Amino acid sequence: MNPISRRLMFLGPLGLLAVGGGAGALLLHRMADGSFDPRGVPSVLIDKPAPKFSLAPQAGHPGFDGAALVTAGTPVLINFFASWCLPCIAEAPQLLALQKRGLQIWGVAYKDREESTARFLAQHGNPFSRIARDAEGNAALEFGVYGVPETYLIDKTGIVRWRWVGALSDNVIARALDPLLAKYA
Amino acid sequence: MIRLLVLWLTLTASAFAVSNPAELLPDPAQEYRARALGQRLRCLVCQNNSVEESEADFARDLRRVIRERVKAGEDDAQVITWMTARYGDFVRLSPAFSAQTVLLWASPFLALLAGGAAVVLARRRQMPPPVPLTDVEREAVRKLSGS
Repeated sequence: MNPISRRLMFLGPLGLLAVGGGAGALLLHRMADGSFDPRGVPSVLIDKPAPKFSLAPQAGHPGFDGAALVTAGTPVLINFFASWCLPCIAEAPQLLALQKRGLQIWGVAYKDREESTARFLAQHGNPFSRIARDAEGNAALEFGVYGVPETYLIDKTGIVRWRWVGALSDNVIARALDPLLAKYA
Repeated sequence: MIRLLVLWLTLTASAFAVSNPAELLPDPAQEYRARALGQRLRCLVCQNNSVEESEADFARDLRRVIRERVKAGEDDAQVITWMTARYGDFVRLSPAFSAQTVLLWASPFLALLAGGAAVVLARRRQMPPPVPLTDVEREAVRKLSGS
């Protein structure tokens, strides 16, 4: 065996290992900081108009339907939540912080009893300027929701720009949401 | 035919997650179609179960939608289109053949081609015949074998 092919036999696999290891490390890093979810399913609604739906409002709050997203005139964050959902409690401070920054956040109470939703809002704060009740989960099906919480950014023309499955963290907001809010302000 | 279907449904009912008989369609032929459709769709919550096998709340919702649409007279393609318009191609347990999935579907044939090529190359590059033994070596072999 000549020296060149001998060196190749050593460096070739080593190079492969380095590339593979680097990719694996990046993957783990992005999973740890929450910017990559291996079980995540990309939304087909991105860059498409928000689906049509009509829902009853939560008692004591203004409600909304699909048409209201187009006429809102501002970007709106749609948040599917439920009182029985633990990650929804985890993301409550993040949503309140976003509301303080002046973002319109509209909530969809997913498969929840009206009084349970009211208790949840009293306990963990209400970041929503409008709340609709999706008791059967029909609007959620139109959006392609498969679990709560899920959050959608709708731009001021009613086009879906972003979807996040699971609780919003400061990291996700800073890395993914903020650039989009700046772009579609 | 209907009698056979009913028999088939009763015999296989335990293999599915439909635990509430109220979920079933009264027409066995429609129920059979709805089941076949549900088995082609992925439950996105427990990702390697079909909608028909999963006990997840989400799967129950999709089973309800399938049955509503089948009852309304939609064909299989219309139901699948409704699903992929909302949940993407990933909701199909067997992905559609498209530009994105060409490599996926072609991979068994590509592997076969690569294997065939490897075999052909290996056969072509045959080892050179061994160098004939010298007289001294032949004598040594003769002594060793005792003949």
